Amino acid sequence: MAILSFSGGIHPPDRKELAKDQPIREAPIPKTFYLFVNQNSGKPPALTVKKGDAVKTGQKIAQAQGPVSVPLHSPVTGIVSDVKKMMHPVTQKPEELLVIDRETDAYDFLEPLTGWETYDTEKCHTLLYGRIKEAGIVGLGGATFPSHFKYVEAMKKPVDYVILNGAECEPYLTIDYRLMVEHPAEIVKGLEILLKICGAKHGYIGLEDNKPEAYEALRKHANGRIEPVLLKTKYPQGGEKQLVYALTKRAVPVGGFPFHVGSIVHNVATAFAIYEAVEKGKPLIDRGLTITGEGISKPSNLWVRLGTPIQELIDYVGGLKSEGGKVILGGPMMGIPIKDLALPVMKGTSGILVLPPEMVQEIDEETCINCGKCLMACSLKLEPNFLVKLVKAKKFDEAYKYGVLNCCECGSCAFVCPSKIEHVKHFKLAKKLHATLKGGRS
Amino acid sequence: MATVLSTSPAPHIRVKDTVPKIMVDVLIALVPAVLFAVYAFGWTALWLCVIGALSGELIEYAILRFIRKKKKTRPDGSAAVTGLLLAMNVSGSFPWYLLILGVLVAIGIAKHTYGGLGNNPFNPALIGRVFLFVSFPVQMSTWAPLQNAVSTVVTSATPLGVLKQKGFEEAARHISTLDMFIGNMQGCLGEVSALALIIGFAYLLWRKRVNPIIPLAYLGTVFLFSSLFFWINPNLFGSPIFHLLSGGLMLGALFMATDMVTSPATMKGAFIYGVGCGVLTMLIRCFGALPEGVSFSILIMNACKPLIDKISRPKPFGYVAPEVKKNG
Repeated sequence: MAILSFSGGIHPPDRKELAKDQPIREAPIPKTFYLFVNQNSGKPPALTVKKGDAVKTGQKIAQAQGPVSVPLHSPVTGIVSDVKKMMHPVTQKPEELLVIDRETDAYDFLEPLTGWETYDTEKCHTLLYGRIKEAGIVGLGGATFPSHFKYVEAMKKPVDYVILNGAECEPYLTIDYRLMVEHPAEIVKGLEILLKICGAKHGYIGLEDNKPEAYEALRKHANGRIEPVLLKTKYPQGGEKQLVYALTKRAVPVGGFPFHVGSIVHNVATAFAIYEAVEKGKPLIDRGLTITGEGISKPSNLWVRLGTPIQELIDYVGGLKSEGGKVILGGPMMGIPIKDLALPVMKGTSGILVLPPEMVQEIDEETCINCGKCLMACSLKLEPNFLVKLVKAKKFDEAYKYGVLNCCECGSCAFVCPSKIEHVKHFKLAKKLHATLKGGRS
Repeated sequence: MATVLSTSPAPHIRVKDTVPKIMVDVLIALVPAVLFAVYAFGWTALWLCVIGALSGELIEYAILRFIRKKKKTRPDGSAAVTGLLLAMNVSGSFPWYLLILGVLVAIGIAKHTYGGLGNNPFNPALIGRVFLFVSFPVQMSTWAPLQNAVSTVVTSATPLGVLKQKGFEEAARHISTLDMFIGNMQGCLGEVSALALIIGFAYLLWRKRVNPIIPLAYLGTVFLFSSLFFWINPNLFGSPIFHLLSGGLMLGALFMATDMVTSPATMKGAFIYGVGCGVLTMLIRCFGALPEGVSFSILIMNACKPLIDKISRPKPFGYVAPEVKKNG
């Protein structure tokens, strides 16, 4: 079979060899947890505990608000010693933060749903769907979109495919790869649960062809309905639209979602979390992440409880190699740089990437010379060079007309640009402005 | 935290490519043609090329530093490319001071009045050439003696000049196709050797510095157009191969029309632009008063770039055309 892919894209150096062969280890549990209440895209949940309250591991401590929201659970047993505000790396605003002092773990998990394989449609829609919602599951690739919400429509009108994203196209990151190698059976079960909920016939697990070991591992557990599929190693193969296109040759319409072409996409890590929520009753209180980069002494894949300060993880893997540099939440293409290492791990933290000072490029934008590299790189067939000119000239209406809102912020255009233009920065600005003006979600 | 962490936005890794690196590659790609010019016209050719490139950079620096008062001025090599291209567009006997004047017009007027690199609507080297062409027509069409030409070659005029004045039979009698391909003919410094230009262009292609659509469309159009006219009247219009190898077409199609700033970047746009250049070149060559029309055709198509961009915008991924109502 021909190797599946999309058009455009780039080939950044993947640097996965740094952490690829490190098995996932349990990170040490910190003495003090720092837990942002807002850890999902959409509406943040509302806190149901206050300062001085005792909480148990897995206990619900914040209630979902509205349909595009999920509850939050305590990752630790202990006392809420403070509720304060702290600068949130994603929203860039001060957000509510719980400080919890750890005591010995006492668990308050949900009831495991045994025998879900034999559930009828009714039970699938109530119990399984309800479990994903109640366990606080969000997209663990980094987008943190509430997973259950993807099924609100799909339960009325069945979709054709549920696709798990195992592409892990971001350079450096290896946690999804490790998860697929170490827990293929659980991931496949997670996918089966999702297929049951929406009644889809086929489940694909798409992964780049630089991960043959993961492919083999998954293939052993595949069955008629579920199959792993190798895709071309190219960034952004794990972009939702790119992935759906590579696997099904269906183009998600402009402004639409995979659902509009009969597909639902989750990260493999999300499927693993769903499996744990259903079979073990475990809400989303911890996650895997890769801590890597040239600036880290011992790149590793860790299993980390939410709320663990990043500094403690860095210390655990041998500290920073040199002073300064850049610490990034996520991968090098789309990750968020942070200033403060006291920030905690959140639901969306798929990686901690440390680049040493010599790898940090302070960008000095030059004039566009219209070389057209960005046009070739854009997998959504936009004209990044033209859009940047529109945004810089504050012609936002025209920028919207020519599709800046369709940009997935993958950064391919900025990656290839010889003039070092910050396309993504400008596009994010335009998108943010649009969201503010329209009063929608940013 | 004592140390300061950088928070420059994503993406955090980028290609090492820069504008100066692109310009250096273009300069390298022009080296074979310059070497051939030295072979064909003697050492003056080299001096003119060096003077063109150096004066380009110096004039650009002076403009940025003293007129536009930029604090940081880093040479990016684009002015050297412009200066060198202009030098390659004059004859071997052209006075060096007039060349500097041409570079001044190219860099000063055609480039920096619009805001410098990336903002100029017209190819600066071509503006410089056209300026010299209309201001100093005698010097621009006084040809330097050929150092190593075969005896039959007309050294007082270019093949296109002979074609215009005496017809194709006369033009073709004096020169073989192979000589035209190698460059044993009269003309501007950098335009005579198709072979050297193609070698340089292959380097650019290998380095992925250039969109091959433009030259392919340009040369293809010239070939088709001239084939048609050759069929109509061979002696008046000349053969397709003759047109491809003569005059400034190779230099223009490979190195001037492909100037990134002044040409469309989309595949579709590049194709339209290349075809336009080809049609205009042939119209001027066949029906115009001048023997050659590459400079003017490219400049006219430069002017059309915004329009071409507008009609060749790519459809975004997942674009759904508005439904058209069908008749019963």
